[in-house]
Amino acid sequence: MPREGLMSQKNIKTISNPKLKLEVLTKEDVQKIHNATLQIIEKVGVRFPSKRALEIWEAVGAEVDHEKKIVRVKPQIIEDAIKKAPPAYKLAARDPQQDLQLDGNHVNLGTDGCGVEVIDINTGEKRTSCLQDVRDIARIADATEEVAFHWVAVSAQDAPVEARGLHELKAVWESSTKHVQTESIYNVEEAKAAIEMAALLAGGKDKLKDRPVLSLMQCTAPPLGHDGGSLDAALLAAEVGIPTGFMTMAACATTGPTTMAGNLAVGNAEVITATALLQIAFPGAPVFYAAAQTASDLKTGAYTGGGPEDFLFGAATNVLADFYNIPLSMGAFATGAKEPNWQAGLEGAMSSFMASVVMSDMLLGCGFLHGSRIWSYAEMMMDCEIFSIVHKMMQGIEVNDETLAMDSIANVGPGGHYLAQKHTRKHMRELFMPQFMDRRPYSEWETKKDDARDWALSKARKTLKEHQPDPLDEKIGQEMDRIIKSVEK
Amino acid sequence: MSEELYKEMAQCIIDGDSDISAELARKSIELNMHPLDAITKGFVIGVNYIGDQFGKGEAFLPELVMAGEAMKAAVAVLEPELLKLGEAREMMGKVVLATVEGDIHEIGKTLVGTMLSASGFEVVDLGVDQPADKIIGKALEIDAQIIGMSALLTTTMVRQREVIEELDKEGLRPRIKVMVGGAPITRDWVEKIKADGYSEDAIGAVKIAKDLVGKGDQ
Repeated sequence: MPREGLMSQKNIKTISNPKLKLEVLTKEDVQKIHNATLQIIEKVGVRFPSKRALEIWEAVGAEVDHEKKIVRVKPQIIEDAIKKAPPAYKLAARDPQQDLQLDGNHVNLGTDGCGVEVIDINTGEKRTSCLQDVRDIARIADATEEVAFHWVAVSAQDAPVEARGLHELKAVWESSTKHVQTESIYNVEEAKAAIEMAALLAGGKDKLKDRPVLSLMQCTAPPLGHDGGSLDAALLAAEVGIPTGFMTMAACATTGPTTMAGNLAVGNAEVITATALLQIAFPGAPVFYAAAQTASDLKTGAYTGGGPEDFLFGAATNVLADFYNIPLSMGAFATGAKEPNWQAGLEGAMSSFMASVVMSDMLLGCGFLHGSRIWSYAEMMMDCEIFSIVHKMMQGIEVNDETLAMDSIANVGPGGHYLAQKHTRKHMRELFMPQFMDRRPYSEWETKKDDARDWALSKARKTLKEHQPDPLDEKIGQEMDRIIKSVEK
Repeated sequence: MSEELYKEMAQCIIDGDSDISAELARKSIELNMHPLDAITKGFVIGVNYIGDQFGKGEAFLPELVMAGEAMKAAVAVLEPELLKLGEAREMMGKVVLATVEGDIHEIGKTLVGTMLSASGFEVVDLGVDQPADKIIGKALEIDAQIIGMSALLTTTMVRQREVIEELDKEGLRPRIKVMVGGAPITRDWVEKIKADGYSEDAIGAVKIAKDLVGKGDQ
């Protein structure tokens, strides 16, 4: 149930108090998926390749196959555990005025993450991603009001492998005051170090519960499996109150059943077993549901995201997260398009709308092309505009005496126009003003032949040139460097 | 004292308030302010400001139209005073506007009229569904330099050509220039019917009109 939102947040636009509704699954549908999920967990089992996780399961009486590392759990244990998860909490930011509320009444946009290539902002050439890209993207995201929090957008492939996730984290923190969620910390060493780094910003490890400036997103290993490092990292994070979520990317016909209901059940079994594990180990730890399910391409087997199944999953998953009463982080904006084009715009618009209309707490993620591999600054900016359009749509249509405009209608009468009405002047700024839509006279277009992509790129370039976020405290930066060094071999 | 009034005059145009602009115009007459001073040192400053803001993308069309209407209201009060003094405001030129015969769409044409008035043109807007002889007759009557014609339908835009052919037959061009507009109007069409000017929106129309009267630099 939505509760009262935050006061105004600094340079962050979130969707709240929605006026649109969509029923993608009935109550009976959800119950059926839940029952199927429990049956999968009890009879088929889920793989937990982590000694610590298996011990936790064993201690609560789950059936543990140590050789295959498969756990089978009675429904009651799962249901009892999930009930301990907090339904609402906040994601803290380096600047407290940019804290985010995960309360069912805010849709917060984040960048996408883990890309491997970047379309260079200056040359337009595609190249391997590096640490400086992580900084640049975060700095631009910091400036936009649409991006509320960060994922580590691209992989810092010039940083040492064993501490790459830490270099990336620091790069985002020094480039932005907004909340950081990392999806690239998935082993004990890096998780320990990341927690220490976050503690520096929160003012101590014990303060992380109140000010979780970092959150962790771990991927499941569909079908019906988990990654050992991810589980151990998640347990460490949950222990100190760092919000942690598990994301299923089960794809119809490859890593999940072809039918969407079956795919939802498999993904659900992965996510809620991991969520239950964290609640059994640390009752009340902040957790979230995460998903980016889609259909595999039948010609290539590729997972690119996008397409009607993707859009439906976007809406359906939040119904599941609501059923378990925990926040959701939903993958959106995924596209197989190779450049910012018709496909990218269509898939971005549909997926973000479907995930927003059901109020996904976190909406991932702007900026990518080619199945979340290639970062494009133009795409990022245009995705932000799509989010703004969805934001406007979610406000719906307000009907009251003022908006019915009866005085104005009487003034103008039949014929004439409303341009000179005071009512028009009063309300005209409520109309959406696009940044990147072409509504110019044809002749003006003809002289330049430019479009949204050009304007979006210019805006990104201008932002990168001009925007300087509040710097990271120098001492904290040095401490972070020391922590990172200690992990490097 | 007058400095204060000039500021108020500019402000009421920026606010797009026709009631106040007419009231301030009357006040200026009571104070014996020269009507041309009221216009050029007061009201026009507001029009120019809104125009600049619009150019920068910070003001929008309704503000521009409202400023134009407020300006019109002020001028309507001041014009008779000017006549009494045997003077006239220096105008950019005279324009007759109409939507062609058989067509009743007028929002675009009305906007062009407002923009032209606000930019210093004397505009006679005949309204919609106007046959060629009426349009040409009015242009001759007021000695207009420009006829502006609008059409929204491909079936009525042919009337634009009829008016031009009629003007040519009477030998009235190039004395009277013709500008055309409307959603179906393309550059190809403009060339085909040999019109003198064309714009896709009201803002562009002002520039075209200025060019047509040889005042493109103003």
